[in-house]
Amino acid sequence: MNGFEFDWIAIAPFLILSVLGFAVVVLGISFPKMYRGTLGTIVLVGFAVAFLASLQSWDDARLAFGGMITADKFSSAFSCIFILGATLTIGLSINQVEEKYLLYSDYFALVVFATAGMTLMASGTNLLTLFLGLETLSIALYVLAGFRRSNEFALEASFKYFLLGAFASGFLLYGIALIYGITGSTDLTKISAYVSSEGILGSKMFFAGFLLLLVGFGFKISVFPFHLWAPDVYQGAPTPISAFMATGSKAAGFAALMRFMIAMQSTTQSGWQDIIWVIAAATMILGNVIALRQSNVKRMLAYSSIAHAGYILIGVLAGNTIGSSGIIFYLLTYTFMNIGAFGVISYLSTAEHEFITLSDFRGLASSRPFAAIAMAAFMFSLAGIPPLAGFMAKFYLFSAGVKAGYVWLVIIAVVTSMISLYYYLGLVVQMFMRDKEADVAATAPLQPAVMIAISIAMLAILILGIFPSRWVSLFQDLARSLM
Amino acid sequence: MTDLPLLSITIFLPAIGALLLLFLKDSMEQLQKMLALIVSALTFIVSLPLYFSFNSNTAAFQFEENYTWISAIGANYHVGIDGISLLMIMLTTFLGPLVVLSAWNAVHKSLKGFLISLLVLETGMLGVFASLDIFLFYIFWEAMLIPMYFVIGIWGGQRRVYAAVKFFIYTMVGSLLMMVAILFAYFYVGEQTGTYSFDYIHLRDFLMPVEIQKWLFLAFGLSFAIKVPMFPFHTWLPDAHVEAPTAGSVILAGVLLKMGTYGFLRFCLPMFPNATFIFAPLISILAVIGILYGAWVAMVQKDVKKLVAYSSVSHLGFVMLGIFSFTHQGMQGGLIQMVNHGLSTGALFLIVGMIYERRHTRMIEDFGGLARQIPIFTTFFMIVTLSSIGLPGLNGFVGEFLVLLGTFQTNVTLAVLATSGVIFAAVYMLWMFKRVMFGPITREENKRLTDLSKREVAVLVPIVVFIVWIGVYAQPFLGKMEKSVDSLLAQLKAKQTALVQPGNEIIGGGE
Repeated sequence: MNGFEFDWIAIAPFLILSVLGFAVVVLGISFPKMYRGTLGTIVLVGFAVAFLASLQSWDDARLAFGGMITADKFSSAFSCIFILGATLTIGLSINQVEEKYLLYSDYFALVVFATAGMTLMASGTNLLTLFLGLETLSIALYVLAGFRRSNEFALEASFKYFLLGAFASGFLLYGIALIYGITGSTDLTKISAYVSSEGILGSKMFFAGFLLLLVGFGFKISVFPFHLWAPDVYQGAPTPISAFMATGSKAAGFAALMRFMIAMQSTTQSGWQDIIWVIAAATMILGNVIALRQSNVKRMLAYSSIAHAGYILIGVLAGNTIGSSGIIFYLLTYTFMNIGAFGVISYLSTAEHEFITLSDFRGLASSRPFAAIAMAAFMFSLAGIPPLAGFMAKFYLFSAGVKAGYVWLVIIAVVTSMISLYYYLGLVVQMFMRDKEADVAATAPLQPAVMIAISIAMLAILILGIFPSRWVSLFQDLARSLM
Repeated sequence: MTDLPLLSITIFLPAIGALLLLFLKDSMEQLQKMLALIVSALTFIVSLPLYFSFNSNTAAFQFEENYTWISAIGANYHVGIDGISLLMIMLTTFLGPLVVLSAWNAVHKSLKGFLISLLVLETGMLGVFASLDIFLFYIFWEAMLIPMYFVIGIWGGQRRVYAAVKFFIYTMVGSLLMMVAILFAYFYVGEQTGTYSFDYIHLRDFLMPVEIQKWLFLAFGLSFAIKVPMFPFHTWLPDAHVEAPTAGSVILAGVLLKMGTYGFLRFCLPMFPNATFIFAPLISILAVIGILYGAWVAMVQKDVKKLVAYSSVSHLGFVMLGIFSFTHQGMQGGLIQMVNHGLSTGALFLIVGMIYERRHTRMIEDFGGLARQIPIFTTFFMIVTLSSIGLPGLNGFVGEFLVLLGTFQTNVTLAVLATSGVIFAAVYMLWMFKRVMFGPITREENKRLTDLSKREVAVLVPIVVFIVWIGVYAQPFLGKMEKSVDSLLAQLKAKQTALVQPGNEIIGGGE
């Protein structure tokens, strides 16, 4: 299997998405008057094909390109999550794009390219492949973040994201170079073999490389202290793109981090646990505490997404079967609830008025009951209250931590979850228990595509919350195949 | 027993009703109320066979249903009842229709949402009492918070948002720590026995080392103590009670608080028996402080509802004292007192709600001399007040007497102090009653008060029937729980000696 044969199936999702991306660009240029919905439908069909293609490698793990690419349960599951996220993002965007942006084909194409990058990150088992995927994803996102060209926040978002992202990429490359220098390879299997014999602290240079890589990944998953970009970027980016970044891009970062960490885990005495422990604790505390003070819902969700990255790190740290399957279950759930929450904002916003401050949400329950109930469900789920999926995900992830013996970290997670209740409930209070001040925002037109996307997300968090059995078993199979 | 999954039907019937309500138009208020009433009454009827075909001669769980739910982690849908949960289930289904009936004309905005919340709440509470899988229990325990939060926060009084958030956060603080404890127990027992399961009986029958028991007891105990609420974790209660609408207060006092004491009985005692004995003195002392503190604070309240709320703190202190006396009488007393408190305090909140609907005030000073104006109201109020202070012949007496009897056998000082609590209870309740009902009429509005309507009488009569029934002849109810209480005590004693014998010295004193 280790030859350099060209394996179509292993990279099928990536290929399909790339072709789809170019097709969208070409279609956009050739038929500038093409109806936006039609183009969106084409993208969605393409996603469906890519989704099926990613499922192919679930039962049939294969190495391709001399071990650069591994198509297995892991890449399959992650690719599916990315494509689901991207699908919902397109759903949220269809009307948005129509109203606000002219360059809709570019917008769609960039989302598709970003998704292609993500699938590469999930299937890369070579540091270079991971890097390639990361860059494909990032460059698409830099542009998307600044898509509202006339908005000053958007410019700031794009510029900040680009600048910091470029630095992070630099760190990542530098780290890869150092690791290559010591191990003579960028292949994760070989690096893992090195770690098994020498340990992670075997050479200072290797450890430096390891830390630099952590910085690079830490930026992508926005954990403390590499989280600073997130609130500004989420605020400035078009809302569907914020959702996309908070879910898909973060999930991709975790996919790459997990691949990397599994390679680092080969020995019992790895020495990186303490670092992750501190990062996880700091991220949970900081994200949740700062979120308390936000009156802009998009920023609040940004900080909440930072906090959630902290929870997920518990799974990385635990490094056991439950941890790995827990992360995937969490990311799947998180994709639905976060896209749902951003989706509600998007649903209510109009071209003139973005529906983002807490006071916008006042009395929403009486003026827009569907939006209010959906938002409340997403908030309760994010807060981790049963029977919604957010609870199941948290419970499962925390159980991994307890099993691995990180009881104190789990207690920190639990305490910060309590803190998070306050701001999640705060939004519910605004919607259900306060009366409307003035009838400003109730004028957003009905957007069927967005409504469908929100409904799907709502249904998903209910089903994943009440009947998680099947998914948990699937992901456990996956995790066992990784170990 | 029948083949029908009676218990599950009882649990989920209200939820199905809530689902049906969703499809009714907002404007069909009458129909919505009828539907909610019928569903909750039907739930009560369905639950009756649980009581009548319950076998009192065994401590085993009955009406058990056990299905695989999340096989990967060993969580099952496992429900069943014994003598301890039976009465709680009956109390819940019994209060269900009464609560709906009491809210008939009291809700003025989004009635549908209110009724849905009430019904979902009922499903949650029934699930808590019936769960025999700790994971399932936790789901119900938490899920129930959402509807209660909305009931207080949307349909409550002036400071409803504050009260709702406080209620939510207090309860969550406890339960999240409980979640960590559940996980810890799950993995610990799983590693020791090789079977990873959240099944209650599996976890209960494994005896953990004392050191671990202590931590887990504290984590579970905190969650339950907040719910009870025990002094000093009671501060959410007066706010929640006062701000909640009448229906919310009745459910809160009638059933929700019992979930805390039930949690102690079901989980803390049998799962962590040695830790229970270690912490028992502390808890008994806190219980007595709660009894006295609740009574004293109740005495100086100007708001009738607040007075009743603080009296709850006092009454629940009796329940805790009874449970932690570890005597047969004490525990039975505690259990029957749980039912009594549900009936009496539930009725008191209903009565306060009825007068509030007429006068839009609950201040004691705004009343006076009502007895002559509204005689039917007065009669009911009198009976319920007397029941609440434990007059012999009414239900309160039976519970308090048994609790005190049990406590006297183990700790005379605490028993004496608790007895004085009974006296204080008489003082604050009767004094309040006198100021509200007797004396000259000082306010013009009170002269125009109308007496209870047929609907309101229909709400109160069933409760009063049980108040008298339990007071006169409590044996049927005590008989149902007899074997379960015996078995619980036997388990406690057996486990305590099991751990002491191999030289595992139990070191006393709390941490």
